[in-house]
Amino acid sequence: MKFAFYPGCVSRGGCPELYPSAKAVCQKLGLDLVELTGASCTGAGILQEKNLLLGDTLNARTFAMAEKLGLPIMTICSTCQGVMSQANKRLQDDAQYKAKINGFLAEEGLEYKGNVVIKHLLWIIVEDYGIERLKPLVVQPLTGMKIAPFYGCYIVRPSWALGFDENGGRQTSLERVIEALGAEAVDFSGKTRCCGFPILTINERNSVSMVAKHTIEAKDLGADVMVTPCPLCHLNLDGYQPKAAAMSHREIDLPILHLPQMIALALGVDHKTTGLSRHIVSLKRLVEKVGVRA
Amino acid sequence: MEAILKVKRFNPEAAKPEPYWQEYRVEVEPHFTVLDALIKIREEKDETLSLRCSCRSAICGSCAMRINGHATLACKTKLSEMARGRPAVTVEPAGNMPTIKDLVADMTPFWSKVMAVEPWLQPRGPEPQGEYLAPADAMQHLVGVMACIMCGACVSDCTVLEIDPNFLGPAALAKAYRFVGDPRDQADAERLQALSRYSGIWDCTRCNECVQACPKGIAPMDRIMALRDRAMDAGFRNNTGSRHTEAFEEIVEHSGRLDELRLAIKTFGMMNVPAMLGLAPVGLRALMRGKMPPIFHKPIPNAQAVQKLFKKVEEAQKGDRK
Ligand code: FES
Repeated sequence: MKFAFYPGCVSRGGCPELYPSAKAVCQKLGLDLVELTGASCTGAGILQEKNLLLGDTLNARTFAMAEKLGLPIMTICSTCQGVMSQANKRLQDDAQYKAKINGFLAEEGLEYKGNVVIKHLLWIIVEDYGIERLKPLVVQPLTGMKIAPFYGCYIVRPSWALGFDENGGRQTSLERVIEALGAEAVDFSGKTRCCGFPILTINERNSVSMVAKHTIEAKDLGADVMVTPCPLCHLNLDGYQPKAAAMSHREIDLPILHLPQMIALALGVDHKTTGLSRHIVSLKRLVEKVGVRA
Repeated sequence: MEAILKVKRFNPEAAKPEPYWQEYRVEVEPHFTVLDALIKIREEKDETLSLRCSCRSAICGSCAMRINGHATLACKTKLSEMARGRPAVTVEPAGNMPTIKDLVADMTPFWSKVMAVEPWLQPRGPEPQGEYLAPADAMQHLVGVMACIMCGACVSDCTVLEIDPNFLGPAALAKAYRFVGDPRDQADAERLQALSRYSGIWDCTRCNECVQACPKGIAPMDRIMALRDRAMDAGFRNNTGSRHTEAFEEIVEHSGRLDELRLAIKTFGMMNVPAMLGLAPVGLRALMRGKMPPIFHKPIPNAQAVQKLFKKVEEAQKGDRK
């Protein structure tokens, strides 16, 4: 299976541990990646606030690059996935709009015909690779671990862009991967809510309150660790957890794993590659509990 | 066929008023909505069950509640679809509002926020002889938002209201857009200035819950984003929200990708000592763990192509406006 790999900005920026983790997992699964090195930022929904046409143009440029390669796009970020899915839907649904945008792309020799499929690694594992094929690859089962899934808004909403009608299983994909690795998924109401990252610089109190709410809920339900397919959620849930704990006057101490880190753990990828020591909330306690070496 | 509904009950007159779940089994027809089932329960099984409804056709906005955890209109929601793959359909009152009894939410905070955005036309200058006229195409973009039935589904599921009851919220902000966007209204500057303050447009976290919940396809969040754009255009830029958006755009235009360090510095301003000090502990912790964006940021290989696209799109938009 071959994909045009779109790593996104944060996997090489604020969460530098994500990029090598994702690559290591893809290698274990035998997924062939051609990285879209010339692609730009998706706009993350921020550029789209000010200028939707501009945001869609940048994304159409990325789609055209993948289309040229004849490959589906693989993302490793809920936000990239959501923003791209929305853009792709607008482009596919409106030929005139697409033509207008192609007009902008022409100078670079690019044209988007509208045929690219964009999938998060999470969806690829569940839909293309297959949970049953993943199971036998597990060398270090996460047995006894209780893992809380945290999806990230953009991979669950708005549903019109995310193909849930044709692929209903996407809504429980994270739980299924957790279980395939031998762990138990913790069901909690915050799993599809917002981590608060987008307002971190605008209203830190609110942003950190969201971190507190979700991590505390999961922790109180017995979670040992939380996993997210979104590096932006990771930045907030991990980076701002100490502040959230201080604000709530209690200990939280819930490590946050990136999706590929969790899979890598079970597939026996060495922990240096996956950067487990780079987290703000230490994974040490978890190590003691489940006997996984960090 | 039989359906199982788990309903969140609350009786303020109970000795110890605490919410609790109650399960009902009820015979239903395949065409039943959730509201049909609830009414049948009330009529045949438990007359103490309180709920609010009127039109039963998704017009009046009375029956917004949480079904399987998400706000929607009970009269617009097919029971069979909600029951698929679940042992029971859960029904709760709308969130982010106090509950009066059972499924009846107290809409007082909802209405006070709608009132706070002054939801009436404020024209200036001498009154015209007849009506205030507006060209049809200048009103077109308001058709969607005018379809709001004030049901409160968006407010129920708003993730910001959940942790900060002061936030104006999606319904009131969408209503504000309806007047800011109206060519006959002349209070735009005052409105946008007020909306740019704390608890206004910049506090939205773009989680899309309101877009998902709205039974009328109004997409309140998209209206909030449009208000941000208008507020910035009107010159209300002296706030972290607009500095963040502007900085983000500038950075992507310059290098094709995000540079998180520059984004933080540009958002707060290098000289904003309190904000920088506030960031410092988090930054230091990150640095010690080696979890930090690169100090020397590398643009994408062909960043000029992206810069050109920015110019092209902006020029085309200028042309369209003329
Ligand atoms: S009863 Fe009127 S909207 Fe549902």
